[in-house]
Amino acid sequence: MNWMRTNLKLLTSYPSALAGLVVILALVIMAVYAMVSMPLSEAINLWRAGEGIWQDTPRNAAPAWLNVFRREKLPVTQVYDTTQMPGSKTVESLGGGLKEIRVVFPVEYAYDGFPQEISVFTTAQFEQARPNLTMYWLTPDGREIPLGNETLRASESFRLSQDTRLSRRLRNQPAEIGLFADPGAPSPTVLKGTYQFVAEGIVFEDAADIDVKLVVYGQLHGLAGTDHRRRDIMVALLWGTPIALAMGFVAAVGATVSTMLIAAVGAWYGGWVDELIQRITEVHLILPILPILIMVGTLYNRSLVVIMGLFVLLSVFSGGIKTYRALFLQIKEAPYIEGARSYSASNMRIVFRYMVPRVLPVLIPQFVTLIPSFVFLEATLAVLGLGDPLLPTWGKVLWEAETNGALFNGHYYWVLAPSVLLLVTGLGFSMLGFTLDRVFNPRLRGL
Amino acid sequence: MSDNSVLLRVEDLHTWFELRRFGFFRIGHVRAVDGVNCVLGRGEAVAVVGESGCGKSTLARTILGLYTPTKGRIVFDGKVLDTKDDKAMQAYRAQVGYVQQDPFGALPPFMDVRRILDEPLVINGVKDPKERDARIRQALEDVRLTPVDDFLGKFPHQLSGGQQQRLVIARAIILKPKLIVADEPVSMLDASVRVEILQLLRRLQEAYGISIIYITHDLSTVRFFSERIFVMYGAKIIEQAKTRDLLDNPQHPYTRALLNAIPDPDPDNAHRFREVPGGEPPSLMNPPSGCRFHPRCPAIIRGKCDAQIPPDLELEPAHKVACWLYADNVQRESA
Amino acid sequence: METNGFLHVEDLILHFRTAAGTVQAVDGVNFQLGRGRTLVIIGESGSGKSSLAKAILRLLPRNVQTYRGKVILNGQDVMPLSEERFRREVRWTKMALVPQAAQNSLNPVLRIEDQVSEPLITHGRVSSKEAAMDKVRQAFRLVGLPVDFLTRYPFELSGGMRQRTAIAMALVTEPDLVLLDEPTSALDVLTQANLMNVLKRIKKEFGTTFVLITHDIATASDLADDVAVMYAGQIVERSSADRFYREPLHPYSKKLMASVPALKQDKQLEFIPGRPPSLINPPKGCRFADRCPARFARCAEDPPPATVDGRQVKCWLYH
Ligand SMILES: Nc1ncnc2c1ncn2[C@@H]1O[C@H](COP(=O)(O)OP(=O)(O)OP(=O)(O)O)[C@@H](O)[C@H]1O
Ligand SMILES: Nc1ncnc2c1ncn2[C@@H]1O[C@H](COP(=O)(O)OP(=O)(O)OP(=O)(O)O)[C@@H](O)[C@H]1O
Ligand code: SF4
Ligand code: SF4
Ligand SMILES: [Mg+2]
Ligand SMILES: [Mg+2]
Repeated sequence: MNWMRTNLKLLTSYPSALAGLVVILALVIMAVYAMVSMPLSEAINLWRAGEGIWQDTPRNAAPAWLNVFRREKLPVTQVYDTTQMPGSKTVESLGGGLKEIRVVFPVEYAYDGFPQEISVFTTAQFEQARPNLTMYWLTPDGREIPLGNETLRASESFRLSQDTRLSRRLRNQPAEIGLFADPGAPSPTVLKGTYQFVAEGIVFEDAADIDVKLVVYGQLHGLAGTDHRRRDIMVALLWGTPIALAMGFVAAVGATVSTMLIAAVGAWYGGWVDELIQRITEVHLILPILPILIMVGTLYNRSLVVIMGLFVLLSVFSGGIKTYRALFLQIKEAPYIEGARSYSASNMRIVFRYMVPRVLPVLIPQFVTLIPSFVFLEATLAVLGLGDPLLPTWGKVLWEAETNGALFNGHYYWVLAPSVLLLVTGLGFSMLGFTLDRVFNPRLRGL
Repeated sequence: MSDNSVLLRVEDLHTWFELRRFGFFRIGHVRAVDGVNCVLGRGEAVAVVGESGCGKSTLARTILGLYTPTKGRIVFDGKVLDTKDDKAMQAYRAQVGYVQQDPFGALPPFMDVRRILDEPLVINGVKDPKERDARIRQALEDVRLTPVDDFLGKFPHQLSGGQQQRLVIARAIILKPKLIVADEPVSMLDASVRVEILQLLRRLQEAYGISIIYITHDLSTVRFFSERIFVMYGAKIIEQAKTRDLLDNPQHPYTRALLNAIPDPDPDNAHRFREVPGGEPPSLMNPPSGCRFHPRCPAIIRGKCDAQIPPDLELEPAHKVACWLYADNVQRESA
Repeated sequence: METNGFLHVEDLILHFRTAAGTVQAVDGVNFQLGRGRTLVIIGESGSGKSSLAKAILRLLPRNVQTYRGKVILNGQDVMPLSEERFRREVRWTKMALVPQAAQNSLNPVLRIEDQVSEPLITHGRVSSKEAAMDKVRQAFRLVGLPVDFLTRYPFELSGGMRQRTAIAMALVTEPDLVLLDEPTSALDVLTQANLMNVLKRIKKEFGTTFVLITHDIATASDLADDVAVMYAGQIVERSSADRFYREPLHPYSKKLMASVPALKQDKQLEFIPGRPPSLINPPKGCRFADRCPARFARCAEDPPPATVDGRQVKCWLYH
């Protein structure tokens, strides 16, 4: 439509609209990136945090980019894995089915802070005879610290930080400090340099093998940090974007379009149809929506689709109907409608082709401003504990942050990132929506 | 008028609007058209004049099939109009064009010229896009919106008032109607373009042999436009005659008052008062008894005018008047 | 036309700021008007008539770009007055306006008497409510409305009655000058004739000075002593009504007069092809040049007003 094109051109002369558009564009790019880089099923899986999925990430780590602003650099996680580093494992046959497997990981450590934890994970393949593994730690100043000698099952994890015997050996310091501390310093200070982790295993069968993974957990992680279940918050932030946009969009379309259509039909046909719609709207206006949603959420189902669908259904007969109806009643009396009837345009044609386009200038800005309100609604419900049980959403991140006392424990990043995203979304769409309104409905343009 | 030369016959037409309070309680009727009889010839242009609220537009809309008559009937081209028969109504509407008062309002603001003219064609089953295009171009040529290509992509707000009204006329003629109902087609236009629009309508009428019902409250334009005039007052036609006859020799006291009230551009007007009947137009909910003009009529015959409805009296051929003043001169017209 | 008139307007300019550019709605208007006379300003829709009325009464919208010139009322230039003084001493008390579509501008929830008496009370012209009501009743009788309508609400009145109410409102403070912006254009022929009679009577009895703004040339002749023709923001011809109606001078006036149908005589009607220029960037030369049948080379320059037997014509033909 031509007048729309001219209006859109006009739109670009408003800085607020441009800013809004930029924000929305950024969100869309983020959403597309999320969807391209990771299928939803994987995201859900990651977020469900099943066994072993978040082995390699620290717990409640702050975002890694914080180091840029720190003088004392904090460590990020370092992972050493024989399956990823082929050169780190050597196998030597001792004859008679006996094999010695030697693993050496050179651990470069140049941070000022100690790691959060240290763990070793092993997987072993064998039929009958369980392999044996001896691990020790070589410091840059030449000390050798035994880490233990174990008989392996198929998979083992050694949480060195919780190993009290080791800790006693390290002058009652937990492993993550003791292993990296400078023994000469009065208070624990990191001894920078290259450490070596050495694991020597003996297997007793031809086909047997051992793989070792050393994780030196950092205090920082990724772009957004991690939560109490070691999950990378970025997953939820990233995937929260398409979910928020899609949900806001679909819900806003559902709400505005159906509201508008119902209002149009009521206004055009009048009579009892209109009366009925009016009465339903009035009843609906006094319905307490949020409590209803909470009720359904607690008693029936918390899936996002159900809750949102219900909300859209409930907001279809919202006050918006009254606004649109008033508009349509006005449009209905427009001479061009009468003109259309004089050349036999059908009722449906009049409603869809002659009345609806007239409200688009009102509808589109309303629609745009409605999108963030649905995003906020999801967040509100999630914070109230009614978030979708599966989907990673911004609201859920907030809820988990809240229930885990993120702010008491100083995990501000946990709350900050989703809040900022929500805020920016709201701001972006509102700025665009309000400007659209000014452009499409020039009465407000301040003439 | 012989039967074949008649295009439209309106017989005892009533269009009443129910008035309701709170959507339920009937509190009466607005008798917007209350017993109208008239005949329109093929290719004839008639003017309907009268004060605001006398029912002109309602008459027009009833003739257009937009309102269902409460009583009476409309015979078009020999066929009685059946408002319940949708097919027949569509076929009928295709033969009647409508030109509205407010040209800007009459055009959907979000459609361009091509779409505006395309709609009636599409709705009325002209399937071939080439034919539609040809007819759109022809219609624009007819109303002199040329060069056509400059206009096809324009939107109503990009046209001047006169051009908008010409577009409305193009839309009214695009289905090749036999009749055009023009409801105050120039009252919202500037003096300098009114004549242009009226001349255009006149030309189309002559070129295509279309009949025109020209509704106006401005008697001064009818002289140049119509062959006959119907004067409406209080939802009835109270006088009808050939244009010249009516302007030179008005009979009904209301027609006389109306003609008296219209100034010609003349500086001497400033030095004299006009004779105008006082009072207000009649209520159409509770119309005055007898002659509806009697509360304002300077020539009222007490006891008669306020009690009995004056019949249509034929003073001369084609000059009818509904007024008791002439009851002695003429015998009642047989129904 | 009298030179030592009662109202002088000199070089009045009112430009509006819009997204598309500056609208030169009133662009250098000059006229004088003698006491007790009526000036009719004729012009097509959009020629700037209402803007001129607003400029004279300083009722400006927010998007004014330029507003200057002189408005001399009874020897006093009112333009330099502060807004506060203008409101107190001039608007309503010395000049009053009946705005366009005044019949729709009455407040629907106030009784007629309260609305009509409001200018009296806000301007402190009366000592008591009773005195105000006296004046209101007087004004009502003047415009020919029954006094018992005073206690009604606007929706209970017909369009003509509401228009008369608006006029009564303008008259109630007994201003020296009343501007009427299209007072009759929405009304019926009979109502219109009635209203013109009312105005004529007021003019005769009280010697009120009127400026009547209209596009209806025929109706204007009912009241006009002087005529000014407005085209594209400027006055192109000023003349006494007698001479204007018999023989307009400006090519635009001529064409305009030729387009007015007359009921009682046969005349060949004409129309003016084309449309008025946009008031955003109007042509540099004569603004009517595009549509003028008499255009010649000089018309590319802006014609200064020429005086022909005491009539002013803004056209090169008369130089
Ligand atoms: N849809 C309607 N419902 C109720 N009353 C109506 C309706 N349409 C018109 N009327 C009333 O019927 C009467 C006649 O109206 P109509 O519009 O036909 O007059 P008109 O002669 O065309 O007047 P105008 O010159 O103002 O257009 C008026 O009193 C009007 O209020
Ligand atoms: N507040 C405003 N802002 C911008 N443009 C305006 C404003 N008011 C009027 N105009 C423009 O100024 C021009 C003159 O308008 P104005 O209302 O004075 O014309 P008019 O002669 O009174 O017309 P009409 O006969 O339609 O009342 C028009 O083009 C109009 O669009
Ligand atoms: S019938 Fe009587 S009241 Fe009616 S117009 Fe004739 S004289 Fe007047
Ligand atoms: S100045 Fe020229 S163009 Fe303008 S009105 Fe006079 S003759 Fe016509
Ligand atoms: Mg009408
Ligand atoms: Mg105006």
